[in-house]
Amino acid sequence: MKQLQLLMGMPITVEILDASATEADIERVFAYFRFIDETFSTYKEESEISKINRGELAEEEYSDAVKMILALSEQTRQETHGYFDIERDGFIDPSGIVKGWAIFQAAQMLKEAGFGNFYIDAGGDIQVAGTKNGHPWRVGIRNPFNRNENVKVLSITDKGVATSGTAIRGQHIYNPYQPQRTIQDIVSLTVIGPNVYEADRFATAAFAMGKKGIYFIEQLAGFEGYMIDSSARATYTSNFERYVLKDDKTA
Amino acid sequence: MKKTIVSAILIGIFMLYCFLHAANAIAIVPTTATTSRSSSSSTSAATATATSGTTSTPVATSTSASTYKNGTYTGSVADAQWGVVQVQVVIQNGEIINVQFLQYPNERNRSVEINSYADPILVNEAIKAQSAKVDIVSGATDTSQAFIQSLSNALSQAQG
Repeated sequence: MKQLQLLMGMPITVEILDASATEADIERVFAYFRFIDETFSTYKEESEISKINRGELAEEEYSDAVKMILALSEQTRQETHGYFDIERDGFIDPSGIVKGWAIFQAAQMLKEAGFGNFYIDAGGDIQVAGTKNGHPWRVGIRNPFNRNENVKVLSITDKGVATSGTAIRGQHIYNPYQPQRTIQDIVSLTVIGPNVYEADRFATAAFAMGKKGIYFIEQLAGFEGYMIDSSARATYTSNFERYVLKDDKTA
Repeated sequence: MKKTIVSAILIGIFMLYCFLHAANAIAIVPTTATTSRSSSSSTSAATATATSGTTSTPVATSTSASTYKNGTYTGSVADAQWGVVQVQVVIQNGEIINVQFLQYPNERNRSVEINSYADPILVNEAIKAQSAKVDIVSGATDTSQAFIQSLSNALSQAQG
């Protein structure tokens, strides 16, 4: 059973393969995403985050969900040497952590309901559980220069995958004074982690680090990454290849 | 007066978003879906900043109910500054089952010489397509205003 809805300005897809799954199970997941959007959207005037940014809520009035996200954001800020920071100019925007967290929580809901084979994809950040038709889930890493193409196909189960990047823009910076020097600003960074929350927050922080980001992922135990730079070259962590689907040589 | 402050804050937040987005892919995007219908005062090819002032219905609310007519709908061509974006949505049993890109900015890279520097630990390769069939695709979130515009347009057609 599979459904796609547009929420938080992006397509969110939920597919549950377990035969016992019903419409209502999927609807509960989408209801949860709607709650997340209402609470954390910086574009909704009535969201709790907007109220906090307008100074209308005292800290003791924050909901548990907001307190949790603020605590996780602070923890991530410290773990990423300050590269992940939800605060800027006195405003907070926790969207860099909320999505991964929400997908992860939604996946936990499905697990608690007894489902073992499913995926949740919110705007390209993905949690997979179990298998599809007996094989691990196949997750493509989209080519940031050509969205009809995948540059890698991953074969994974019970993992999270998140990509940070600038897919639609493809910025190029060129230094005319040093033409021989490639400016390796990065275009896309995909992280595979134990779950989508972990993958997403570290992908976001590592992307902000620029070219150094992939080395940050390299040192994290249990994480692998694939970084694509503006000259269409990729750098990947030392154990990344174990997740890449082996192509059928006869094909 | 209140309105002025609110709109100043909204524009401020949006500019902040644009700025952040330049350095980083931010997960949650503006849900200001500017459809190309007459209700929107901004032009369809308006830049992101120009459309930020309009507070229209989020895409989400109009999609939660199964109100769409079955079929395939092609959205308007929207200017993404680096090229154009056009999407197509497929509706089945009143629900969106697929969103496809018909057009998108597809800049070819300048051919630049590759810097000989590479960290000795990590492998470096030129990207190339792997064509195996996939179940899901991971990529940067499609957060551009142009995407939302073209999509909203396609969905408004689906609503008939």
